[in-house]
Amino acid sequence: MQILNYTGYFFISVGAVFLFLGGLGILRMPDLYTRLQAGTKASTLGAMSTILGVGLLQPEWLLKIIIIIVFIAIANPLSSHALARGSHKARQLPYLKDEKIGDAYESETENSEKNKEEDK
Amino acid sequence: MTNIEIILTIISLIVLIVAGFYAVFKKDLIHAVVATSVISLVLSLMFYLLQAPDVALTEAAIGIALSTIIFIITIRNTKRFEDK
Amino acid sequence: MNLFFLIIISVISLGAIFAFIRFIKGPTASDRVMALDTLSVMLIAVLVVLGFLMKRYIYIDVSLIYAVLGFIGVITIARYLEGGI
Repeated sequence: MQILNYTGYFFISVGAVFLFLGGLGILRMPDLYTRLQAGTKASTLGAMSTILGVGLLQPEWLLKIIIIIVFIAIANPLSSHALARGSHKARQLPYLKDEKIGDAYESETENSEKNKEEDK
Repeated sequence: MTNIEIILTIISLIVLIVAGFYAVFKKDLIHAVVATSVISLVLSLMFYLLQAPDVALTEAAIGIALSTIIFIITIRNTKRFEDK
Repeated sequence: MNLFFLIIISVISLGAIFAFIRFIKGPTASDRVMALDTLSVMLIAVLVVLGFLMKRYIYIDVSLIYAVLGFIGVITIARYLEGGI
């Protein structure tokens, strides 16, 4: 049983570090899409690892904990994908050093939407 | 109370006050709705720390799903920005 | 062991404070919604650890409700920003 306890402590530590890195990435990244990348992936792994560690420390709770892990693995990428798609359709630009690339991106999205309307 | 509960209580109270002022004084109503959702999240943690998990469960279910949907439908039917 | 969980909760709380600063600063509505999503995931982890410290099996239900229902509000706001609700 001792080895199970040490494994649980290890998983909880890894999860806490990943949750901290997710918060730091949200604060420091330059634009929305990189913030989504940092926040969602790191916090998903961190929460799953922490909860699995608690389940290893207390093996009677393992069933409900596995249900929580499955729901996190389904729901969190789903909401992140919906948010990225919505803000892309709302014309939110990524961070660009060169202004010309921004103009090209804008005209390209306008052209693609014109093509879609013509297709209809 | 243990040390962990004291730390979490202090952080929760600060976040509650800041998010409450933010929700009241913001002109863009979508931002105010998100601030209301954050208040509900932290309030659920406060109920949990005060040993009332049933109240926390109800607050979680209503605050994060139901009230957000109702507010968004209301904003959709009226307008997004508040007049100055 | 109590010190271990104190350090764990403090580290996760520091990450949550960073996410809350982004919620205050964030230029657009999408940034704020994303900060809300990350705060909710961090809260799930904190609630499970607190339930382990209090030794009550029934306390896990709150984080189960958050894991099941947490994404509905984010998807609603995202659909509104997209213009399709």
